[in-house]
Amino acid sequence: MQKKRWYDYLWIWSSVYLILGFFNILFAWLGLICFILPLMISIVWGNKAYCNHYCGRGQLFELLGGRLGLSRNRKPPKFLSSPWFRYGFLTFFMTMFGLMLYNTWLVVSGAPLREVVTLLWVFKLPWNWTNTAAVAPGVAQFAFGFYSVMVTSTILGLITMVLFRPRSWCTYCPMGTMTQGICHLKHGKDD
Amino acid sequence: MAAKKIAIIGKQCVACGRCVRECPLGALSIYKGLRARVEAQRCVGCGKCEKVCPAAIIEIKERQVIPNAEKALV
Ligand code: SF4
Ligand code: SF4
Ligand code: SF4
Repeated sequence: MQKKRWYDYLWIWSSVYLILGFFNILFAWLGLICFILPLMISIVWGNKAYCNHYCGRGQLFELLGGRLGLSRNRKPPKFLSSPWFRYGFLTFFMTMFGLMLYNTWLVVSGAPLREVVTLLWVFKLPWNWTNTAAVAPGVAQFAFGFYSVMVTSTILGLITMVLFRPRSWCTYCPMGTMTQGICHLKHGKDD
Repeated sequence: MAAKKIAIIGKQCVACGRCVRECPLGALSIYKGLRARVEAQRCVGCGKCEKVCPAAIIEIKERQVIPNAEKALV
């Protein structure tokens, strides 16, 4: 085990992010950092430093499942880390992401704001206690949509954390698949 | 070469880096964001990495030794 560094505490950021959304949905916008940063790192430097060091979510699962013992610690099924499942899930995830952007665009063009957080792409939770009047409806709609994506992926990660190993989410996490895919494109078959 | 065993990384490595954090000897690294790589000279085959790999693709295997040439193949 290595000495603790500042980035070993980024799980705090991931936890705080989820909590902030309860107080004001507009904080959801901050989650874009967790989308843009890993992609930038893999595009510019051609590595997975984000997954390897800076991902608070991976650390959070490691902490809850590992140190707090909330994981059964069983070997996950092989298909979970197979390319067809990983890329299949990435495609599904990005399609749903696109749909969320489309809904945001509808609101930008005049449709009424829908103050709901959608869990697992199906369950709609009314989330109308935060005041979003200060911003344009489209800005608020994106926050609801993005927060839904973040909470949904956290729930999936928690489920596979409990069932299998703490960081089982990392085997099919769309960000992890994308950044590894980018590294493959950058380095080719080079090994 | 004292260690008889070594960690072997399977094909479905997702390059998450979990094993790297676990290895007490710094024998693992992530190669160009593609996969984990074992430094044969450092690995003692303790199996710590195997237990935490979320994809369960690490195997601890006997080292193969070239007869008459005290040199590990893997
Ligand atoms: S695979 Fe996803 S959750 Fe895991 S470390 Fe990478 S970005 Fe974080
Ligand atoms: S078997 Fe032990 S020494 Fe070898 S890479 Fe894994 S953790 Fe490190
Ligand atoms: S923990 Fe497993 S999947 Fe992650 S980098 Fe190491 S060998 Fe690859």
